[in-house]
Amino acid sequence: MIALDQVTVHAGTFSLARVSFEIPTGSHTALMGRTGSGKTTLLEAICGLRPVSAGRIFVDGSDVTLAPPGQRGLGFVPQDGALFEHLTVRQHLSFALELRRWPLDRICQRVAELSLWLQLDTILDRRPHGLSGGESQRVALGRALSFQPSVLCLDEPLSALDDETRSDICQVLADIRARTGITLLHITHNRSEAERLADRILVLTDGHIESRSLRT
Amino acid sequence: MPGDPSPSTSKPAPQTPLPRGGSDRVFYLCLGILAGTYVLLLLATVAADLFYTTPGHLWRALKSPEIQYSIRLSLLSCTLTTILSLWVAVPVGYLLARFRFPGRALLDAILDIPIVLPPLVIGLSLLILFQAPPLRALERIFPITYAIPSIILAQFMVACAFAVRTMRATFEQLSPRHEQVALTLGCSRSQAFWRVVLPSARRGILTAATLAWARALGEFGPILIFSGATRMKTEVLPTTVFLELSIGNIEAAVAVSLLMIFAAVAVLVLIRTLGLPATHSHPPS
Repeated sequence: MIALDQVTVHAGTFSLARVSFEIPTGSHTALMGRTGSGKTTLLEAICGLRPVSAGRIFVDGSDVTLAPPGQRGLGFVPQDGALFEHLTVRQHLSFALELRRWPLDRICQRVAELSLWLQLDTILDRRPHGLSGGESQRVALGRALSFQPSVLCLDEPLSALDDETRSDICQVLADIRARTGITLLHITHNRSEAERLADRILVLTDGHIESRSLRT
Repeated sequence: MPGDPSPSTSKPAPQTPLPRGGSDRVFYLCLGILAGTYVLLLLATVAADLFYTTPGHLWRALKSPEIQYSIRLSLLSCTLTTILSLWVAVPVGYLLARFRFPGRALLDAILDIPIVLPPLVIGLSLLILFQAPPLRALERIFPITYAIPSIILAQFMVACAFAVRTMRATFEQLSPRHEQVALTLGCSRSQAFWRVVLPSARRGILTAATLAWARALGEFGPILIFSGATRMKTEVLPTTVFLELSIGNIEAAVAVSLLMIFAAVAVLVLIRTLGLPATHSHPPS
């Protein structure tokens, strides 16, 4: 569950004031709005990458407003995937687990599990250079999911993909939700993508959030 | 319908002829002439040195104990200067590229001082600084002025400024998104720096190191003032060229100059060869 209570956040001269909404556990919510409406700013504030000047942010009932990004239990996938060019796919999947000092056998087990699930098992020893757009996004998703976060925040993860790959990744996202019951918050400009994946759409207009339910 | 200006029947308006611009060939020719003239000048200076000397002169120069000493000292001081420069340039470049803080513009301007100051002034300023009482006291325990440490300090003053510029540009080109993702994965700021930023910046670090090494190798003005030009003591390669010229031994001066040219070219080629595979080592899928 994610809840924002009267959150105000600034990004240069732009600001969002007193934004409140709640995303139920296990739901898939699409955050939409015009370019420059503040969707990414809001997502960064939720992930702890941008300080909020007022209000509170809750993840699974805990107040994480002042918590560092790594302690919020959120997975984050940016638009371009932001893969680390010096690491192999395997190292991407184990990155967060090594930070958490998981035992080696558990890390290997988790990497094997994720790689089979996300069809990364044949490219585990490759580096990001030369991976296709779909492969890169699957690696970014695997890296974000590796430490079993309760929430996954996606910033337009499908915008740079061709139609076929986009459809594949949509299926992967639906599969992730079905398997893990994770809460998804997903920025998109594509209404059909939102309607296919999300239960609910949050529309950000002039700093105000409007909620529209897609499932009954 | 006569006179009906409907789009389906009207003729397209005559196009205004485009004024004739200069030919692309002339443009490319101008670029080629300008670039070619500069490259020719560079190569001509090296060729002039090459034709002025003979392998015999070079061999005699290499066998001279003074020149051997200056080669060793140059290699040692340039390497130490490079390490020190990177030690400072990496954090300072990162600070300037990633953070906004009061006094940032002033810090930026101060860091340019060694680049814009005449080299002799840097040497003189160092000399005066080390006459100040606290540093004079330090010199009684650990001699710096007119000793080998002064060479490293004089080289560091200039080389580090160039390394800082390079590292700042490197970090500015790296997207902060990678660090942000690392933070969400559980890294602290310092873990994100060591595990993600620094490995991504390795080509920039290599470039900064090359630049610092090459600048240090060619440094002369500050060394002449701050370290002196004592044979077999504070003699680095530019000092040798100066000393050989001052006694009229032009052949030896040219031979040492050629050595410096070879060393600089070798470093550039080595670093570019080592650096290039990093982005081309993985075949596209």
